Amino acid sequence: MIKTDTLIIGAGPVGLFCVHQLGIIGLKCEVVDNLDKIGGQCIELYPDKPIYDIPAVPECTGEELTNNLIKQIEPFKANFHLDERVEKIEKVEKKWIVKTSKGTEFEVSSIIIAAGVGSFEPRKFPTKDAEKYEGKQVLYSIRDKKIFKDKTVTIFGGGDSALDWAIELSNTSKIILVHRRDDFRGMQASIDKINQLKEEGKIKIYTKYQLDSVKGKERIENICIKHDDESVKELKTDFVLGFFGLIMQLGPIAEWGLNLDKKTVPVNTENFETNKEGIFAIGDICTYPGKLKLILSGFHEGALAARGCFKYARPDEKLRFEFTTTSKAAQERLGIKK
Amino acid sequence: MAKVTYIENSGNSHTIEIANGLSVMEGAVQNDIPGIDADCGGGMACATCHVYVKEEWLDKLIKKEDGEEDMLDMAYEPKKNSRLSCQIIVSDELDGLTVNIPIKQG
Repeated sequence: MIKTDTLIIGAGPVGLFCVHQLGIIGLKCEVVDNLDKIGGQCIELYPDKPIYDIPAVPECTGEELTNNLIKQIEPFKANFHLDERVEKIEKVEKKWIVKTSKGTEFEVSSIIIAAGVGSFEPRKFPTKDAEKYEGKQVLYSIRDKKIFKDKTVTIFGGGDSALDWAIELSNTSKIILVHRRDDFRGMQASIDKINQLKEEGKIKIYTKYQLDSVKGKERIENICIKHDDESVKELKTDFVLGFFGLIMQLGPIAEWGLNLDKKTVPVNTENFETNKEGIFAIGDICTYPGKLKLILSGFHEGALAARGCFKYARPDEKLRFEFTTTSKAAQERLGIKK
Repeated sequence: MAKVTYIENSGNSHTIEIANGLSVMEGAVQNDIPGIDADCGGGMACATCHVYVKEEWLDKLIKKEDGEEDMLDMAYEPKKNSRLSCQIIVSDELDGLTVNIPIKQG
């Protein structure tokens, strides 16, 4: 059981800056994120796209913003628990007990939910019968590529994941690549390589096709793919891989007894606390009159939520407002040597 | 100002007057039309405001940017008449626009 002051759910920009705001006022925290890397939407959705509305930063990419935030919070040495999803929370006396999908347990006096629109999950095939084979022959991520050796693998998708795996697996497997349109959106080098492999007869490509149905009993025998013009082709395959990116799902948060407004959590704008004492929500996941889904709004929300956490972590102390420019305590926490 | 009709997968239809300059996605979200999630808030980064545009309207809309087609690769059951509703900006010319909402967004 890890005991600390606050648990932050979500390692996106807002969660990261909140580590700073907690750290400045002397609170310790741990961060959990379902992605296997730090940065949230900034890293998953637009690592190389520009952002122009971070105050005092005229232009930066999602990745640069993330890296700068990681640098800014370094002094606070927060622990990150990545590739883990918070599953359960429970109030025991004055503490919250939190459990993750990997079995990590925390005891904290407050929780800050900075989970964006929830956790990222792979997008799946619309085809209902594909579900039955999920995890066996229908896969959305690859943990052990050895299982594909000498098998026929049909890969759906047109982005880098689909192309990279098609190239990689073509060494040892028979690859069929299926995409809904003629254009692939991966890196040009990958597209060139795919075309080369196609020329060499190592990869078969079907474009303007999508998965239509899956045939088989215990195991998938064949799949049918449908062209834009409604014609159907039947393919024999051992594995079906789908790479359609990730979608955000609210997940277990919906079961914690929080008030919900569609996929967002209403908060008060004084300290961004939810209807549950000691649980705060900041960033895209919170809502209040006038809410803007901007990173800069999330930074402000985190600053206030951090102060809201203080009364739970240090019930007998009074928090004095200070500037980092002049506060000795804050500068010590930042590790500044004079 | 344009009247835009949203048809849910169940067949339920909602006709809403939307001010010029707002997107078809914003019109849906502000009027609580079910089935348009718009997780990313209009950044062309999530494909959860995906709609099917009635054929006769397809050519009247501003053409897709590259990024939109890339995102549509991720959408749930994309078709030839798929668009991201955050990229369709309302103007007088779009009065009468009809869009169908997919079974789900992901």
